[in-house]
Amino acid sequence: MINNSKVKEAIKILEKQERTTTFKEVELTLDDNSALNEALRCLNCKNSPCKSGCPVGIDIPRFINLISNNDIKEAYNVILEDNLLPSICGRVCPQEKQCESKCVKGKIGEPVAIGRLERYVADKFINEDKPLKEKQIKNKKIAIIGSGPSGLTCAGMLCKNGYNVEIFEALHVAGGVLSYGIPSFRLPRNIIKSQIDNLEKMGVIIHTNVVVGKTLSIDDLFSMGFNAVYISTGAGLPKVMNISGENLPGVMYANEFLTRINLMKAYKEDYDTPICIPKSLVVVGAGNVAMDVARCAVRIGCEKVTVLYRKTEDEMPARRDEYIHAKEEGVNFEFLKTPIEFLDNDGKLNSIRYAKVQLKENSEGKKIFEILENEKDIILANMVVIAIGNSPNKILYENEKNIDFKDNGCIIANDNTKTSRKFVYAGGDVVTGAATVILAMSAGKKAAIQIDKDLS
Amino acid sequence: MFEILSKKYLNEFVIHISVKAPLIAKKALPGQFVILKVDEKGERIPLTIFKADKKIGIIELIYQKLGTTTLKLSQKGAGDFILDLVGPLGKPSQTKGYANVLVVSGGVANAISCPIAESFKKNGSNVEMISGFRNKSLIILEDEIRNIDNKAQIVTDDGSNGKKALVTNILQEKLSNDKHYDLVLAIGPIMMMSAVCNITKKFGIKTIVSMNSIMIDGTGMCGGCRVLVNNEVKFACIDGPEFDGHMIDFKNANMRNAMFINQEKKSKEKYCNLFIFKGV
Repeated sequence: MINNSKVKEAIKILEKQERTTTFKEVELTLDDNSALNEALRCLNCKNSPCKSGCPVGIDIPRFINLISNNDIKEAYNVILEDNLLPSICGRVCPQEKQCESKCVKGKIGEPVAIGRLERYVADKFINEDKPLKEKQIKNKKIAIIGSGPSGLTCAGMLCKNGYNVEIFEALHVAGGVLSYGIPSFRLPRNIIKSQIDNLEKMGVIIHTNVVVGKTLSIDDLFSMGFNAVYISTGAGLPKVMNISGENLPGVMYANEFLTRINLMKAYKEDYDTPICIPKSLVVVGAGNVAMDVARCAVRIGCEKVTVLYRKTEDEMPARRDEYIHAKEEGVNFEFLKTPIEFLDNDGKLNSIRYAKVQLKENSEGKKIFEILENEKDIILANMVVIAIGNSPNKILYENEKNIDFKDNGCIIANDNTKTSRKFVYAGGDVVTGAATVILAMSAGKKAAIQIDKDLS
Repeated sequence: MFEILSKKYLNEFVIHISVKAPLIAKKALPGQFVILKVDEKGERIPLTIFKADKKIGIIELIYQKLGTTTLKLSQKGAGDFILDLVGPLGKPSQTKGYANVLVVSGGVANAISCPIAESFKKNGSNVEMISGFRNKSLIILEDEIRNIDNKAQIVTDDGSNGKKALVTNILQEKLSNDKHYDLVLAIGPIMMMSAVCNITKKFGIKTIVSMNSIMIDGTGMCGGCRVLVNNEVKFACIDGPEFDGHMIDFKNANMRNAMFINQEKKSKEKYCNLFIFKGV
């Protein structure tokens, strides 16, 4: 009973009016009927190419097949074997570049909506306690630094294997980029909370308000009795453009803008953290973070929101869906333009001078951009948010001399997440530089396996 | 949750509290700060650590009732809790290797400079203090200041405590008297630090200032606290809070600190209307 449709089952989307005025989730979870129909599109290929596209290696055809057989609970268990945060991944993974890009169906139409099916299954059981299998208690303590997706994954896997796991988080809330970076219209806070609550119910202990490198050192952690340390502190330091006017009030980095909104809830009347609502806001960059900034700006009431990107829509690093949603919500896009100066009127930002650029291919076939010297113009802006990427935070780099770092602040770790210091492991953005939630989770999983091996 | 163990008013607006925070107390060094968030809906603000006692696990903080967060905090007393507190953050002050140090402070910033001045003294420096306040009733930490420098110049803008002068007047006098200083430490309002730096530059004396920028996380993430040092972007939270005052773009720092002034005013008005504060 295969569904031969060439397109994905339609999903419900929040009404436009609500999308531009509230932070409610935009894409809704598939209903039972659509999920079944979508699952029936899966060809159940023998070699399951989709699986190879998943950084954490979920047995995709198996769980989809279970949906077709209406055994959603078992489908959930299959996902959990490889991914403890499926409600999150189903929402924020760039599936079109991963599992779905390998789907055979995609060759003659749209691939199976694997991400949406993962989310459908995971949401069904999100508030249910994880079945705690009889675990062998190992009497060993693991410290995890940072409670973002990589740390949470590593913690969950180790806990499942009987280790005592404690996470140390610098902020006052757990979740890392999931909490401060990704807005709730893409990842509702109750979803993050449920997934983290689940880990705590499994036995993971989370300490907030602890900055490792300041409050505690890695030496302290070992002397507190931890047998291994996993560093998953992410990439939190904003990259600067080094152009004139960058320090003007009104020029912000994406981290600040998003943290004020997502973590501190500055847009809500009864929260104390301030945010300015500019008439016109320009976002520099076109990754997922830039889309998040632009779409938040629409929601807090900016009249005109523009994304300025030095390449074209074909090179945009953002997920396709985010780009489409941003356009639907009224965000303007200016391609092939790059800022060269931020201008002010009496200390207040009022515009950006930009240059037009053209794309060229270099000898390796890679697209590079070239500034057209004679084509400069001005775009008005009361606020600029720079979203051109992040590198790892400097605190560990400056304070942990026993670990080898690259010059750019990334920790040097091998494929098995081992660092230069014994029993210290690292993974996620702190090793790779800013990447995706799922790649960070994949590193967390690898670390859990390696730590288990080394301590056994 | 962090328990407030004691609370006392140093003047009408400035409050001294001690808070149980063993991990922070264990690591805190002069010049470092904490970030606190009073309650669920609160803002994260930085406060410099006044003192830390690792044996009993207590830190002391001094703050001025100014905006919503400090007003909220002022409503809490001994036995109450601060929801979130993290630290010690920032780089500690470098207080070794200076023979003669002149410490210039304005207002509540005396609470920041006193522990640093003490640390200079412990490390063998001869420390002189110039402390300025708007008027006599606002003078704080007089004993501490005199303990560090028994000839300390405590002046007021209106002359209500003997000498009527600005700290910069006294600084100018001292430097004109040909006395040699290896370092000037200036902590206070941006305009004061800027004025001090203009004077010390002329005399060629190295000057360190402490930047009290707007921060959210305090760990180098948001970039809200950035300052221009020698035209380079630095983060006060992880690269500072102390910088070479002769390299700071004070005009820019002043503009950045005023970034949310309208929102802050509104928020404070709302909060005050809610609780009908007196004398704020």
